[in-house]
Amino acid sequence: MGYLAKFRVWRGDNEGGGLQDYAVEVNEGEVVLDIVHRLQATQTPDLAVRWNCKAGKCGSCSAEVNGRPRLMCMTRMSTFTEDEVITVTPMRTFPVIRDLVTDVSYNYEKARMVPSFAPPADLEPGDYRMAQIDVERSQEFRKCIECFLCNNTCHAVRDHEENKTSFSGPRFLMRIAELDMHPLDTVDRRQVAVEEHGIGYCNITKCCTDVCPEHIAITDNAIIPLKERVADKKYDPLFSIASLFRRNKDDRTAPPAAKV
Amino acid sequence: MATTGIEAPGRAQIGAKTLRTDRWWITPLVTFIALSGFLVYSTWRVLSNQYYFYEPYISVYYSPCLSNTCVPGSGFANTPISWWSLSPALLTAWIPLAFRFTCYYYRKSYYRAFWMSPPACAVAEPHGKYTGERRLPLIFNNVHRYAFYLGLLLNVVLTWDAIIAFRNHDGQWGHMGLGTLLLVANAACLWMYSLSCHSCRNAVGGRITHFSKHPVRYQMWTFVSKLNKKHMQWAWISLGTVVLADFYVYLLASGRVTDITFF
Repeated sequence: MGYLAKFRVWRGDNEGGGLQDYAVEVNEGEVVLDIVHRLQATQTPDLAVRWNCKAGKCGSCSAEVNGRPRLMCMTRMSTFTEDEVITVTPMRTFPVIRDLVTDVSYNYEKARMVPSFAPPADLEPGDYRMAQIDVERSQEFRKCIECFLCNNTCHAVRDHEENKTSFSGPRFLMRIAELDMHPLDTVDRRQVAVEEHGIGYCNITKCCTDVCPEHIAITDNAIIPLKERVADKKYDPLFSIASLFRRNKDDRTAPPAAKV
Repeated sequence: MATTGIEAPGRAQIGAKTLRTDRWWITPLVTFIALSGFLVYSTWRVLSNQYYFYEPYISVYYSPCLSNTCVPGSGFANTPISWWSLSPALLTAWIPLAFRFTCYYYRKSYYRAFWMSPPACAVAEPHGKYTGERRLPLIFNNVHRYAFYLGLLLNVVLTWDAIIAFRNHDGQWGHMGLGTLLLVANAACLWMYSLSCHSCRNAVGGRITHFSKHPVRYQMWTFVSKLNKKHMQWAWISLGTVVLADFYVYLLASGRVTDITFF
C-alpha cells in the first residue's frame, strides 16, 4: 500500500534557494531516488538531479537525506516512518549548480595531483606478478565508487572552504595509501601525502568511514596506516636511525611533480 | 555572508548547521561525561598520594612506585629518582595518559566530544579555523608509537603486579582474592588495548609492502588487525578496569572494606 510522504527538497542554484515542501506518493520497496524521480515526473519537471545506475555502483546520486550524506538510490524509504518529513539537499561541501546537483570538480583536480602508479622501469605490462596477500590490502580501496560522500562529510573541507587548496580529503588519501601499499609501485608517496595532500589535516574523526556506501574502512585501513607510514619517515627519529642499518633499504624514489 | 564552511559562497544556502533528525548529540555527550569522569577520578587518585597499596595489591596509578616516599612494600628500592617527594604516581601516570591521549580512537572521541571538531558527522563545527594535527601541540599525536612503546613496559610491570597478587597479605603464594581477579583482568585488558593499537599494527607488519616475503610478520599483522577492529571496545573496557582495580585497592587500603578471598 502506498502513502503520501512529506518531502522537503532544496531548490535553487549558486545565487540562492531554499527548501520546498512536496507531498509525493511512495510505494513499497522504493528508495529516495525513486521518489525524487516521481517528483520530477509529476510535480517539478525542472528539478535537477544527477543519477545513473540506481544500484549504488556509479556514485552519481550523492546527496544529503535528513542531513546525512547518502546515496539516494541506496536509501530505502522503509527506513523512515510514514509521517516523517524527509529532507533532501545537495552535498553541502561542494558548490551547487542547481537543485540537487553539485560541482564536484574539486575532487577531479585533487585526483590529478596524485602521482600515477609507477611499476619498475624494466617491467613490461603483462609481466606484473604479485602474490595475493601483497595486493589484498589495497583491493579493499578499489571498491571505491567515487561518490565523494567521504570528501563531502570531512569537516576539514566541509567546515573550512579555505582548506580545499591544501587538503585532498579522505578519497585521495586512500588512493595514496593504496599506491603506497602496492607491491610493484616504486614511488615513495609519504612526502606528497604531507605536503601536497595535507594528511596532517585529518584528525581521525572517522566520518568518512561512517558514510562510505561501500563500507570501506577508510580511516582504519587507509588513512591511519598512511599516517603511520608518514610518521616512520617524518616524525620518528629512532625509525630513521634504524633504517640506516637495515639490510633491505627502502629504494623507492620521490614522485614526479604533480599535475595541477 | 559567511566566507567559510557550509555557508561559503557558491554552496547551497541552507541556513541550518545540520539537518540531521537523529539524536546525534548523545554519543559525544556520553563520551564527554565518561572521559571527564575518568579524568577527574584519575587526577584525584594521582594527587592524593595515599591509599594505593594493600599487600599484595598496588594501584595501577602508582605502579611502578619509584620514589622513597612510597608506602613500605610498594616501591622499588634504589631507583635513580628516589629523591622524588611529590606523589609517586606523577612519575608514571603520564605514560598511560600520553598513550590514551595520542591513541587514534581517543583522538576521534575527544575531537568530537570536547573540541566539537566536528561534534558529529555532517554537523557543522563552531570553529572558524582548522589546522588539524600539523602544528603544536597536536602534531605530537603523530608520535603515538613512543607512548605505545612506553605503555608496553608499563604493561609488563602491571602484569607482574597481577602475578604477585597471587600471594596473600603475608607474602605467601597460593592466594586469590577479588583484588587478584581485578588486577589480572586489568592487566589482560590493558594488553588487549595495547596490542590492538594502530601503531602496533604498523610496527608488526603494516609498514611493509611485500607480505609474501615476511610470512611471520604477515601473520602478526593479521592477528593485530583482528584485534584492531575492537580497539574502541578495548579502549573503553580497559579504562573501566583501571578505575575498578584502583578503586578496590583504595577501598582496601583506606580500611573501608576487607578483601574478598576466594582461596
